[in-house]
Amino acid sequence: MDGGAVTLLPLPNYPRTVIRLRGFLTVAVRYTAVTNRPYVSRSMTTVPTERITPPATAPEPKRRWRLGGWRLLRGPNPADRLYRVVLTGLALVLPLLLVVLVAELTVSAWPAVRRFGPAFLWTSVWDPVAEVYGAAPMIFGTLASSLLALLIAVPLALGTAIFLTEFAPGWLRRPVAFLVELLAAIPSVVYGLWGIFVLIPFLRSYVVPPLKAALGWTPFFSGVFYGNSLLAGGIILAIMIVPYIAAVGREVLQAVPSSQREAAVGMGATRWEAVWTVIVPYGRAGLIGAVILGLGRALGETMAVTMLIGNRHDIGLSVLQPAYTMAAAIANEFTEATTDLYLAALFEVGLVLFVITVTVNALARLLIWRVARGTAVGSRAL
Amino acid sequence: MRKLTLAVLLALVAVPAGAQVRLNGAGATFPNIIYQNWILTYNQKFDNVEINYQSIGSGGGIRQFSDKTVDFGGTDAPMSDSAIAAIQGNVLHIPTVLGAVVPTYNLPGLSAAVKFTPDVLADIFLGKITKWNDARLASVNQGLALPNQDVIVVHRSDGSGTTYVWVDYLTKISPEWAQKVGRGTSVNWPVGLGGRGNEGVAATVRQTPGAIGYVEIGYALINKMSFGQVRNKAGNFITPALESVTAAAEGAMADMGPSTDFRVSITDPRGAQAYPVASFTWLLVRKQYPDAPKARELAKFIWWSLTEGQAQAPKLGYAPLPKAMVPWIEARLRTITAGGKAVWTAAR
Repeated sequence: MDGGAVTLLPLPNYPRTVIRLRGFLTVAVRYTAVTNRPYVSRSMTTVPTERITPPATAPEPKRRWRLGGWRLLRGPNPADRLYRVVLTGLALVLPLLLVVLVAELTVSAWPAVRRFGPAFLWTSVWDPVAEVYGAAPMIFGTLASSLLALLIAVPLALGTAIFLTEFAPGWLRRPVAFLVELLAAIPSVVYGLWGIFVLIPFLRSYVVPPLKAALGWTPFFSGVFYGNSLLAGGIILAIMIVPYIAAVGREVLQAVPSSQREAAVGMGATRWEAVWTVIVPYGRAGLIGAVILGLGRALGETMAVTMLIGNRHDIGLSVLQPAYTMAAAIANEFTEATTDLYLAALFEVGLVLFVITVTVNALARLLIWRVARGTAVGSRAL
Repeated sequence: MRKLTLAVLLALVAVPAGAQVRLNGAGATFPNIIYQNWILTYNQKFDNVEINYQSIGSGGGIRQFSDKTVDFGGTDAPMSDSAIAAIQGNVLHIPTVLGAVVPTYNLPGLSAAVKFTPDVLADIFLGKITKWNDARLASVNQGLALPNQDVIVVHRSDGSGTTYVWVDYLTKISPEWAQKVGRGTSVNWPVGLGGRGNEGVAATVRQTPGAIGYVEIGYALINKMSFGQVRNKAGNFITPALESVTAAAEGAMADMGPSTDFRVSITDPRGAQAYPVASFTWLLVRKQYPDAPKARELAKFIWWSLTEGQAQAPKLGYAPLPKAMVPWIEARLRTITAGGKAVWTAAR
């Protein structure tokens, strides 16, 4: 046990009579909702809640960091040493791979970086004949389609997760969860085909006309709908990321201790109130993590999107217009990129996509830390 | 039974062991089907050579050929002068079959194929003709009830030889296209939606009323798609068909001459029956090989595919080369050397 931190002993099973007083519970639930820690009142229990100070021991010898690496090679016996070295090696392979990947991307992209400079990020001409490249429409399209996907997928997925953990009858729980997760097993090219032959005709005849009638005056729904569009791409992405968000969200909500639920319901909260004031806040870090997982997948998804988004180098606010994403452009143009500069420009698109993905993940982590400070359910897994 | 299986297995293992020469190639995806067919048939006749062709795209084919990772390449767009200079001119372009690109559209209920003049096609893809009942379209399609519908252009989103042939044609017939867009395996399209692959364009066209796109002729024929007629240089409206594609190559031969390096575009050729949006697909081979047996077997295989192999082309959706062109290619194959010596002459 590390010294210094506040350590609370596990609570014993209280006799029912102890959990009688509503006043106590109110305090307990509020306390828990605010701090994410189980509440233990000194007056109600005999459990010691004081800080447990570790017995005084001799101060630990100062670590010699400079020799940290060599410590691995020292050890009680050779087999142990070998074991450690192998494990350390394995653990270092992945970070090393990442470094090599970034280095390789940067080196390959260098001719384009030198030729176009930072303007690559905000110019929007992509002309392989004249060898002029600007990635702004793809960056916009990637972010816009992913955002649209989140907008649709998050309510759907979290609703599913909450239903499955809190409301669904036992016999329905497993089949529905299984079917939702099965969505993740469908290859993305199948989603693409389904999108072309089912989703787009459906959108054209039933969704877009009323949307245009109601919201056609806003810039987001202006223009003619051809089928392949940001809207179609965003919807297919949403369907593809729902299983991820729903599955992780379900795990997170299941991990919320039942004492939380019981406490909330016990003090007279309705199901709705229990979910929104206790259970969801308790798992918020994990739920944000689930959403970020979905976002990460949406940013990198290629095949289904390229089949539906229209592949047009254009920036427009209207979701009815075609757009382009970075992953789609790389997949589309890599095989026939004949000149060095063309290839370098595609590598630079890859680099930008990589940087955006890393940034999004870093921001998400920051958000989770700020929201939960490492205490909420599921936050440790992220 | 088990013994029999074992014998079959052994036989399967033994066949590649008998191959003495292994030829690796990579490149264009468009001719992949016929190349794989040729390789299969050729292997059944001559088991001393093992040929591999990977359809990684023309760009990748040129790159791997230039880096000498493969013995031969395949491409739908000829190598540029600078790319040839970069490998000291050590390349021959050998045409193998012909392909063509056809305009396909989604206008249900029309009684006949839509006729396109070159300038109408260019203006549609430039975004200047936006309605199907445009006066210029109507004037060449008299008797056809063209609807008052938006024209929705669909093009390939992936880089491809199909796009190269299509825009090469548009570049030749429209000065405005040449100046604004130009030719390449992918270009900066003035208008339209992008579909991935022939199947992506076809599916988008099929699902979008009023759409017009372009696909490989073999793909259009096999999938029974509706495609338009295009007016050729001689002024005739030509229905795309394999015969009219071969006629295009025949028409272009007069301009090429027997000493050609075959790096020519045959779009918009002469010939009364020539379909104007046609092209060769090429194999890239070296003028000098370090390994004589390899060079000899490669030349033999190419010669076989230009003679016996051509018969397979029509049923796979490719147009065969004109017969008159084969001697020209033979002369080129004879110039392949290894260690300063010619490696092959046609066995007669």
